[in-house]
Amino acid sequence: MDVKELKQMFPVLNQEVNGHPLVYLDSAATSQKPIPVLEKLDEYYRGYNSNVHRGVHTLGTRATDEYEGAREKVRRFINARSTKEVVFTRGTTTSINMIAYGYARHQLKEGDEIVITPMEHHSNIIPWQQAAKATGAELKYIPLQSDGTITLEDVEQTITDNTKIVAMTHVSNVLGTINPIKQVAEIAHKKGAIIVVDGAQSTPHMKIDVQDLDCDFFTFSGHKMCGPTGVGVLYGKEKLLEEMEPVEFGGEMIDFVEMYDSTWKELPWKFEGGTPIIAGAIGLGTAIDFLEDIGMDEIEKHEKELTRYAMEKLKTIDGIQIYGPEKRGGLVTFNLDDVHAHDVSTALDAEGIAIRAGHHCAQPLMRWLKVPSTARASFYLYNSEEDIDTLVSALQKTKEFFGDVF
Amino acid sequence: MSFDNLETLYRQVIMDHYKNPRNRGTLDGDSLTVDMNNPTCGDQIHLQLKIEDGKVADAKFEGEGCSISMSSASMMTQAIKGKTVEEALELSKIFSDMVQGKEVEADGMEMGDIMALQGVSKFPARIKCATLAWKAMEKGVSENEKEE
Repeated sequence: MDVKELKQMFPVLNQEVNGHPLVYLDSAATSQKPIPVLEKLDEYYRGYNSNVHRGVHTLGTRATDEYEGAREKVRRFINARSTKEVVFTRGTTTSINMIAYGYARHQLKEGDEIVITPMEHHSNIIPWQQAAKATGAELKYIPLQSDGTITLEDVEQTITDNTKIVAMTHVSNVLGTINPIKQVAEIAHKKGAIIVVDGAQSTPHMKIDVQDLDCDFFTFSGHKMCGPTGVGVLYGKEKLLEEMEPVEFGGEMIDFVEMYDSTWKELPWKFEGGTPIIAGAIGLGTAIDFLEDIGMDEIEKHEKELTRYAMEKLKTIDGIQIYGPEKRGGLVTFNLDDVHAHDVSTALDAEGIAIRAGHHCAQPLMRWLKVPSTARASFYLYNSEEDIDTLVSALQKTKEFFGDVF
Repeated sequence: MSFDNLETLYRQVIMDHYKNPRNRGTLDGDSLTVDMNNPTCGDQIHLQLKIEDGKVADAKFEGEGCSISMSSASMMTQAIKGKTVEEALELSKIFSDMVQGKEVEADGMEMGDIMALQGVSKFPARIKCATLAWKAMEKGVSENEKEE
């Protein structure tokens, strides 16, 4: 993989910020977009913008073909059995909320349990808090080890015969922890529960096979994987999607509408009420082509090497605290002694380096770490060891700067 | 490579307030209390004010946050002590305008250390850090007026 060449494909990356070449280390928040995706969006809006699944004119047919073609690309990308199992949504948050409203609230009753972990993003906590409150189900947490991982023994202990839903992130957006989804799914299924996976931080970075993982629902966002904002995916096993109720009613998702009752379209369209995210889905399809051309295994390998390099270099900084396990996804969350994460972020920004600082939409996890906020550098296919070197030297400088002014 | 630009933000006096905050702690006895946080970044302030005869008799704060938010809280409590409620609110307005880069007229108002935060206007992402303590003060004062 030639990173230098690859970087040329991302126009945003070729600019100066505050007088320095941009070093973008915030891809866990959102990734940059390559030229083919930008061109595809432009082509749609300029060339064949029209609504899908209605009307019989030429442009409408082309838009529908492209939109449904993107669905097939997603199906292949995650190895779903059929396109019936691939629903386009606004993103991971929407996907999880759809499951919590359309499935969980109909299935759960008092005495049932929902099991999650303390490392979840707010979007995989709050929908379950709300579902628990609405149904009288109990929300339970699998405890974390001191390095921010979970053990299968604890998973076995926490999931009981009363557990109906296990919801878990594939990769933690703060700790980088990679959870053993396949094994957890097996335990959940043994106890008669289903598993919902937040794949927002895994899908962009590694090969996903929903059949191999044997997860019941799998969710992810397009914008973190070189696609446009505003589009994401809800994967669900066909049987479960059949049992699940739509949460948005209106045009496009209906079969027959009578005065006092209506019936829904078949899967997956019963979940896509209103004009769908046409350009977004088509753009996501192109992002998938782009990633597959490079190869997901290549991308994973590149990020693994980069993360190992980053961990090694960052550890040489005096007074740095790194959170999370050794084996991790492509991100490093840290704090510098005596310098608040926001001050770190502002100092790095002055050097053209973009990182994330704050609670990362994971307040319960911040409390577990006993810090109000942290700084996070996250990597993607377009990052190089040079980017890490720039980060490390800027962090050294930041330490000196704040050391001096104190 | 230079951090020149950064020095317009992190002035010596700001770092001094951050490291040695004035009026950090809690007030005994009757006081009004405001808790405020900045949900996007997690900065928190717990502010206590003692208002007597329309004047800020005392002010103390506890909190957690970056150097800008905590130094601003320290400076704010220092600045409003002894001022009338009206003056405190006026100062808050001037401060808010200043950090947003608007022209401000202090009109003989004693600005003191607060001026050091003027550099925040060059760092738009940090304006909310600087104004958190002031917003808390405004909320506390207005709730106090409603009760009276």
